Amino acid sequence: MSIILKVNKLSKSFGGIHANRNITFEVKKGEILGIIGPNGAGKSTLFDLITGYTKPDSGSVIFNEQSINNKKPHLISKLGIGRTFQKLKPFHDQTLLENVIVGALATGLSLEKAKLKSLEIIDLVDLIEKRHHFAKELSTGQLKRLELARAMATNPNLLMIDEVTGGVDQKTVPGLIEIIKKLNSLGVTIITIEHNMRVIMSLSNRILALDRGKKIAFDEPKEIQENEKVIDAYLGGVEVATN
Amino acid sequence: MIDHTNLLLTEAKQESLWPINFKFIYIIVIAIVILILFPFSKPQDFHIHLMIMVFLYAVMSQSWNVIAGFSGQISLGHVVFFGIGGYTSSFLFIEYGLTPWIGILIGMFFSIIVAILIGIPMLRLSGHYFAIATLLIGFSFQIIFQRWDLIGAASGLWIPLIWENSWFNLQFHDSKIPYYYIFLTIFILTYLFAWLLYKSKIGFKLRAIRDDPQASASLGISVSQYKIIAFIISAAIISPMGSLFAQYILVIDPERMFSFEISIIILLIVVMGGIGNVWGPLLGTIILIPLSEYSRIYFGGTGGSIDLLIYGLLIMIICIFRPEGLISLIPNKLIRKIKV
Repeated sequence: MSIILKVNKLSKSFGGIHANRNITFEVKKGEILGIIGPNGAGKSTLFDLITGYTKPDSGSVIFNEQSINNKKPHLISKLGIGRTFQKLKPFHDQTLLENVIVGALATGLSLEKAKLKSLEIIDLVDLIEKRHHFAKELSTGQLKRLELARAMATNPNLLMIDEVTGGVDQKTVPGLIEIIKKLNSLGVTIITIEHNMRVIMSLSNRILALDRGKKIAFDEPKEIQENEKVIDAYLGGVEVATN
Repeated sequence: MIDHTNLLLTEAKQESLWPINFKFIYIIVIAIVILILFPFSKPQDFHIHLMIMVFLYAVMSQSWNVIAGFSGQISLGHVVFFGIGGYTSSFLFIEYGLTPWIGILIGMFFSIIVAILIGIPMLRLSGHYFAIATLLIGFSFQIIFQRWDLIGAASGLWIPLIWENSWFNLQFHDSKIPYYYIFLTIFILTYLFAWLLYKSKIGFKLRAIRDDPQASASLGISVSQYKIIAFIISAAIISPMGSLFAQYILVIDPERMFSFEISIIILLIVVMGGIGNVWGPLLGTIILIPLSEYSRIYFGGTGGSIDLLIYGLLIMIICIFRPEGLISLIPNKLIRKIKV
């Protein structure tokens, strides 16, 4: 499988806090890569660094063999990286359909074609009945789907999903997982941040584990489950300082 | 078995994105016909003047609605473009005898240039910072024009009277009715334009930026570029009103043309009517402007600022009970039908 994204020694500090330290990994075309780590591990910062919302202190990001370092978020989106946000960011005063149309317009379609494409995607995330509802009228689970649909409408090659199951009830989780699998089956490479271990283990081909800004493991789910550093990070094991 | 979801999808695809609401269109057409026929009812001059002020402020507040309501940038110095429009056409008429119609276009051009020049650095700011910056720009222009001898400094410009009524010179002394039709035409064109803008691709992108700039960028929208586009459109809408207002009153000065009060009134109108909705500014105008004009009649002069006191009170009531403006009194279901 060819490599779609290559992250090389990416670092970012905020004041004295190292949010990301020398993170290196690559993503294969068509896979689902999970990113895990306790709160404050630097997962969302890593997303922001890749998608241009935060500038790295050092390191590089190569997408489809093209450097996207220091590119603005809208240009990175145009290159084919879609994303959702940990804190939901729907366009509240617009309907679900209008939200998704905004994404579809990014591909240069006419309004009518953008509408048709948006409806197909809304159908894919099982929200066709809610198409005329304002975003502010939707539940958290529905908003998560809205964000997935909106990002998908931009025709991404790589979709970065930040905690899709966060803040939703357990009944909603399987539906969301199904949607991610569906999107992946359409050929979209996916990177997903997750706190829900069951979800990440069942969903991912490989998992990147972070702790306090550092990569502590990068392997297949089975190996990650047995990795001592990962267990330590989640169970609160004491890290021995080394040079 | 019939697949319910497939049926829904097929049905959804056949729906128009902007369904035509004939009832709504009839209401608009009837309203326009009434406005066209209004002068034939032999109204008093005051009533013609009142309607001109309604058209003027409806357009000015729509201009503000484009930048603030559509793209989410609260400008407190929007009067700058009103002033530039007024001064450009008046100066060109006085110095070179250029017809105000051409002056209006040149005024629009200058307003657009100024919008680009101040927009590029300022639209990097957001929220309160942008509002404060525009407020200071507004005051700066007033101070510059007060000291600029070429254009009459603090005394302003007196547009020479051409005693014959003239469409070419845009002066009418026997009746306000020609002004009424000019302002009415610009009003209708502006609202038609705003309606089309709202429904356009640009409209979609501007509203996305207003609701969440970060999410918009993640969808490939260049936020700064579209904010400048909104600023330019907004400036181009308000600028002709400065020119027409100058032709209407024939005397302009920096105090009047760059008045902070104008910036605030158009803001209040939009907040009261409903920000971000094409019809919100109109709703706010038809409540606040008659209030202002009648208070001038009953309390004399500038109305003893009674109108401003009432504005303040109304705005407080709106902010507490209807923060989305009076337009939000219309139920969501109906808004969905007449979305703009």
